Amino acid sequence: MTELIKLTAAELAGKIQAREVSAVEVAQAHLDRIAEVDDHIHAFLHVDTEGALDAARAVDADVAAGKAPKSPLAGVPLALKDVLTTKGIPTTVGSKTLENWIPPYDATVTRKLREAGVVVLGKTNMDEFAMGSSTENSAFGPTHNPWDHARIPGGSGGGSSASIAAFEAAIAIGTDTGGSIRQPGAVTGTVGVKPTYGGVSRYGLVAFSSSLDQAGPCARTVLDAALLHEVIAGYDPMDSTSIDAPVPPVVAAARQGLTGDLKGVRVGVVKEFAGDGYQPGVLRSFEAAVEQLRALGAEVVEVSCPNFTYALPAYYLIAPSECSSNLARFDAMRYGLRVSDDGAHSAEEVMSLTREKGFGPEVKRRIMLGTYALSSGYYDAYYGSAQKVRTLITRDFEAAYEKVDVLVSPTTPTTAFKIGERVDDPMAMYLADLCTIPSNLAGNAAMSVPSGLSHEDGLPVGLQIMAPAMADERLYRVGAAYEVARDAANGGSLVHQAPELGKA
Amino acid sequence: MPNISRDEVAHLAKLARLAVTEEELDVFAGQLDQILDSVAKVSEVAGENVPPTSHAVPLTNVFREDAVRQGLTQQQALAGAPASEEGRFRVPRILGEEQ
Repeated sequence: MTELIKLTAAELAGKIQAREVSAVEVAQAHLDRIAEVDDHIHAFLHVDTEGALDAARAVDADVAAGKAPKSPLAGVPLALKDVLTTKGIPTTVGSKTLENWIPPYDATVTRKLREAGVVVLGKTNMDEFAMGSSTENSAFGPTHNPWDHARIPGGSGGGSSASIAAFEAAIAIGTDTGGSIRQPGAVTGTVGVKPTYGGVSRYGLVAFSSSLDQAGPCARTVLDAALLHEVIAGYDPMDSTSIDAPVPPVVAAARQGLTGDLKGVRVGVVKEFAGDGYQPGVLRSFEAAVEQLRALGAEVVEVSCPNFTYALPAYYLIAPSECSSNLARFDAMRYGLRVSDDGAHSAEEVMSLTREKGFGPEVKRRIMLGTYALSSGYYDAYYGSAQKVRTLITRDFEAAYEKVDVLVSPTTPTTAFKIGERVDDPMAMYLADLCTIPSNLAGNAAMSVPSGLSHEDGLPVGLQIMAPAMADERLYRVGAAYEVARDAANGGSLVHQAPELGKA
Repeated sequence: MPNISRDEVAHLAKLARLAVTEEELDVFAGQLDQILDSVAKVSEVAGENVPPTSHAVPLTNVFREDAVRQGLTQQQALAGAPASEEGRFRVPRILGEEQ
């Protein structure tokens, strides 16, 4: 195994610009790694070998010509979640419905990555339409956690988190509707950030729940996440919910954080996210992380956000409602799967039979749940009430941020669970998003950063940091300061403690 | 009494254009009932004086210049179609036998 794959994105980009290594060599090292281990991990649904090497050659040509790099991540290999469209490259969203779909356009995130000289290696596995917390809802089989192949890598972006934890890619893109970047980050020992809603364009992001969906960076270090954040963020006229304001200075904040000083930073511990249902090892790791923040000079107080306990039920009404509407577009007429088009069945029958065949159980459950919550007679009690809870959660955040700069909690109540353990129990699966959902409902920014291993099972735990909308830089300052202190105390970055993967 | 009956689930599936099987109906009815049990608690705190939030970012109409710009070509638009004919989407008949 070449050590190139163990480097951070920032280190790789530096070496490429310094001509110590070519972008093609870096891309090839990662492609070789994918060929070596992905049969065990199954992080990728599609590997674009030629496209990746072409992009790498273009970076090398710039370096040879003495041109300034297109971005601080030029030549860095990235894994792209299969929910963002890629022109000419399959985009399946983990669903049979779009199994053979080749998009005719690039998502804005994809376009920005290409323009930045980032090398897109391929598309990563995910729960179908991003609905799930384990990647088990993928129509193409689950992804395995590099720490323990019998366990889930989180979801819905388990392919993205696993790809970087398995050193198949230096960085990755995820999307987070209820925790799908942060929870996979937590259970794989990697960093994941959900930017402020509207901070990253949703153009070309196959919609699940439009008022919650947000793309963001996955990385092995906080600085790498910040570098990727700045590449993909920014106003986009193609997304009517895009925020027309400068991108928060996340890279500068990460560099400031790396100095290891949090004096004057006020940190609030969310009182409601502890107790029953939380694995003792997760709580112990979280408490140690809070102590570490205090040691770095932060002022730590307990904060109560009483309505956060209603976030999970509100989410499982709002997200399914929006999904039932969004997924109506899969009608078997203009693109995607069509079955039973035999002349005997009408368009409506073909539509119903196609949707039955193309969607998996979780997608069907959510479509029906959303249809129910939006029905006349039930609307006020379910969807209407959930929207009110959304207001209450936003108010809890506002009150908290009057007293503190950031809030912290465990990212998810447990470490990675076993594949198969929760598939027949939707409510148990939903609990994985307990702590991450409030930031989606309020639209603010949140990060998961590795906080060590749980003492009872030796699996990674994540510390969640939450910041007000468009104050994403606070996550990076606190996250980077914590990361550097944790790594110093533990002899290095957590992800490097993952077991070596065998050859396929 | 359950929140939702098997017949109601069958009705929802019909509304959502999902040709679910009998076995699925049995499973989904139980699961949706359990999920509704858990999510119904939102009404506990949703008082009359609490305004609803539909979006975290306040939404306003977004306008752009009414200028011609490159869209998909006919070929690109049809490239993903399950069936096309004479440069158009070909769809199954829209009327049933009895109509």
